[in-house]
Amino acid sequence: MSVPQYRKTAALALVAGLGLSLTACSTKSDDATSDAGGKVTITVDCQPVGSQKDLLQNWNDDVAEFQRQNPNIVVKSVSVGEQCNNPPDFTARLAGGTVTDLFYGYMTDLQQVLDSGQAMDITEFANKETIPTWDSVDPALKEVFTEDGKLYAVPTKNYSMGLLYNKTLFQQAGLDPNNPPKTWPEVREAAKKISALGNGIAGYAEYSAGNTGGWHFTALLYSQGGQVLTEDGKKADFNNAMGRQVLQNLKDMRYGDNSMGSRQLLQWADLLTNAAAGKVGMFIGAPDATTAIVTQFQGKYQDWAMAPMPGQDGPAKGTLGGGEGYFFKKGLSKEQVEAGLKWLAYEKLTPGKGQFDYVRAKPQNQPVGLPQPTLFSVGSDAQKQEVELRKANANLPVENFTAFEATPVPIKGEPRNAQAIYAVLDAAMSGVLTNPNANIDELLKTAEGKVNQLLAAEG
Amino acid sequence: MAITTVPGTTRPGRSATPYAAGPRRTSLGRKVRDNLTGHAFLIGAVLCFAVFSWYPMIRGVVMSFQRTRRGETTWVGWDNYARILDDPSFWTAWKNTLYFTALALVLGYAVPFFVAILLNEFRHAKGYLRILVYLPVMLPPASALFLFKYYAYDPSEAGLFNAVLAALHLPTSEWMQSPGMTMPAMVLASTWMNMGSAVLIYLAALQNIPGELYEAAELDGAGIWRRIVNVTIPQTRLILLLLAMLQIVATMQLFIEPLILANGAGAEDSATSVAYLIYQHGFFQNDLNGAAALGVIMLVVLAGFSAVYARLTSKQD
Repeated sequence: MSVPQYRKTAALALVAGLGLSLTACSTKSDDATSDAGGKVTITVDCQPVGSQKDLLQNWNDDVAEFQRQNPNIVVKSVSVGEQCNNPPDFTARLAGGTVTDLFYGYMTDLQQVLDSGQAMDITEFANKETIPTWDSVDPALKEVFTEDGKLYAVPTKNYSMGLLYNKTLFQQAGLDPNNPPKTWPEVREAAKKISALGNGIAGYAEYSAGNTGGWHFTALLYSQGGQVLTEDGKKADFNNAMGRQVLQNLKDMRYGDNSMGSRQLLQWADLLTNAAAGKVGMFIGAPDATTAIVTQFQGKYQDWAMAPMPGQDGPAKGTLGGGEGYFFKKGLSKEQVEAGLKWLAYEKLTPGKGQFDYVRAKPQNQPVGLPQPTLFSVGSDAQKQEVELRKANANLPVENFTAFEATPVPIKGEPRNAQAIYAVLDAAMSGVLTNPNANIDELLKTAEGKVNQLLAAEG
Repeated sequence: MAITTVPGTTRPGRSATPYAAGPRRTSLGRKVRDNLTGHAFLIGAVLCFAVFSWYPMIRGVVMSFQRTRRGETTWVGWDNYARILDDPSFWTAWKNTLYFTALALVLGYAVPFFVAILLNEFRHAKGYLRILVYLPVMLPPASALFLFKYYAYDPSEAGLFNAVLAALHLPTSEWMQSPGMTMPAMVLASTWMNMGSAVLIYLAALQNIPGELYEAAELDGAGIWRRIVNVTIPQTRLILLLLAMLQIVATMQLFIEPLILANGAGAEDSATSVAYLIYQHGFFQNDLNGAAALGVIMLVVLAGFSAVYARLTSKQD
C-alpha cells in the first residue's frame, strides 16, 4: 500500500472508530428488562467498594443467595464510591440520567430527585407481598419519601443525633464517663476540663465548612427548641434568642474557654479524623459516626459513648433526624419494580438478613449493637426480632449507648432546600469559630437575609 | 529563502505548487478526493471540540434560560439571571475573585519574572535550579494544596509558617481561618504551585534577547535595574502581555484553592469564588440552571476582558 493510500485508510479507520465510540457512548444499555427466558434484570447502586472487603463479600453473597432464591431475577450491582451519595456525583448522575434502576439517596434528596424527573411512583407496588415487613416499617419514615400521597422510595436506614463523647478522655480529665453532660452549660464545663489535658485536644469540636456547619447549626437549634424555617417554610426562623444561644455557646467555648482547639473550618472527615486520633472530647452526631471513626479512621469503639442531645437548661427540646433509602428510576416495568422491592426486602428490611445479618457481621468486627437504625415501629414483630438478634450478637459495648437509647428526644427532619440553607449558615458557624470579635446578631441577621432571599427566589 | 516540502505531501509527477503553473480545471469530486485525507484527520479534532467543548457551552447557554422542575423543562427567559444576581453570595464571590486576581497579578505575576531573571544570571547549576523551580508544577494541585493546608497553614504553632514566625518573634497568623488572610494565603500557595511554568517561559524569552543589547547598555553605564527596565522588559513585552492575559483568565476561575484550603467558602465566606459558587449552585443547591446562568455571566466577563485586552495589545503592536 502506497503511503498516501495508507494514510487515507488510516484516516477513514480513525473516523469510523470515532463514530463507533460516539455511538457506543450515546447508546443506552437496553438489556435491563427481561430476556427471552423471562428473567428480570435490575441494576442497583451502593455496592460496597473494593476496600470494604467484608462488606463487599457480604453484598455479593447476598446477591448470589437472592438470585438462587429468585431464579427469575438478575441483580446487577454498581459501586458509586464509599459514600454512596456524594452530592456532586449524585447530581451529575441524576442530571445525566445515568442512575441505576434502584438508586440510593438521602431523605433530603426527595425534592431534587423529583425535580430531575427520574423517580417513579411506587405506591401501588410497595406492600406486604413485595416486602413482607412493610407494615412494620415506621410510617414516619415512609412519609419522608412521600409527596402528594405518592411514595417514591423505600427507607433503608435512619438516624438521630446525640452527644458522642470519648470515655477515655473523660476519665483522664477527672470526669465521670457514666454521667455525661445533659445541658450545654455542662458540656461547656466538661469541654474546659478535657481541653486542659493539652496536647491539642479539643474538649468539644464542631463543623463550620462544606455545608456541615449549617447542618449542625440546625441540630443545635433543634436542641434549643428552635426551627430553621417558619411552619409554612417561607421565612427563616433562626434569628432569635435560640439561634443566638447556639452561637453564643460555641463562641464561649471557642474564645471564652479556648476549649474547641485551634483548627476550625472542619467538615465531616476532618472532625472524625481528629476524633479517631483521640483529639476530640465531645461532638454531636449519630450513633453511626462511631462506625466511621472505627472503620474509616482507625478509632476504637471502646473509647466512645453516646448521650442524648443536651438542652440549654434541661433535656433537649428536639434533635435532628435523617436517613436514606432507595428510589426507583422512572420507566421501569412492573416486574422490575417488584423485583427491586423484593431485593430491598431481602437486603435491607428483613431481620437476620442483609444489613441485619448480625450473626455474619459479628465475627467480621462490623458494628453490632448500635441503637440505630430503627426502621421498624416500636412493638412490631420485625422490631422485636431485630432487637433480639442485635442484643444476642452485639460485639461492641452496648452499655455505652444505653443513655442515648433510654432517653428519646423528639426527632425533627431537615428543612426544605437544606443544602442551600446550610451553605448560608456555614458562614455564621465559621464566624463564631474563627473570629474572636464576631458579632452574633450581625451574623444571624446576615444569614437570615440570605436565607429569605433564597426562599423568595425558590418561590 | 529555500522552499521546502514535507516528504509525502506531493505526489509523483505533480508540481509542489500546482496553482503556480497556471489555472487548471479541477472537478469538485477531484477536489474532495484530494483533500479527503486532510479532512478525515481533521474530523477527529473537530468532533472532540464539538462534543467536549462547543456542545457543552451551547447547552450551558440554553440551560441558563430554562428551568427544570419535576422533570419538566420550561423556558424562563432571564429569570435564572435575575435569581443569580439576587443571590446574596453573588457579589461576595465576585469581590473575592477580583481580589484574588489582583493579588495574583502583584505576587504571582511579578515573582516568576524576577525569578527567571535571577536564574538567567546564574552561570552554574542552571539545570538543577530550573528543576527545583519546576518541581512544584509536577505535584498534583490537590496534593500541593493539602501540603499547604496541613503543613504550612496549620493555625497552631505546629504549622510551618507559624513556627518560623514564632522563631523570629513575629506575630503568628491563623492563616485560612482568618478572613483577612484567606486570599493572600491562597495566592501564596497558588503562586508556589504554578510559577514553574511561567519561569520556564520567561527564561526561554530571556535567552532570545541578543547579548549585544546588554553589552551596549553596560557600555552606556546602565546598572542592573536600568538593564531590566530598558532591555529585558521591552524585549519580553509580548510574552509578558500574553502571560498576563492567561493569568488573569486562569485566576478568575479560582476553584481548587478555596475547595481544598478553605474547605469551600472559608471563614465568613472569605474564600467563596465565582467558580465555587457555580459548583455550589449546580451540585449542592439543586440549581443547575442557576449554575449555568452564572457560568454564562463569567464567560461573558472573561470574553469581554479578552476582547478589550486583544484590542489594546494589537494597537500597541
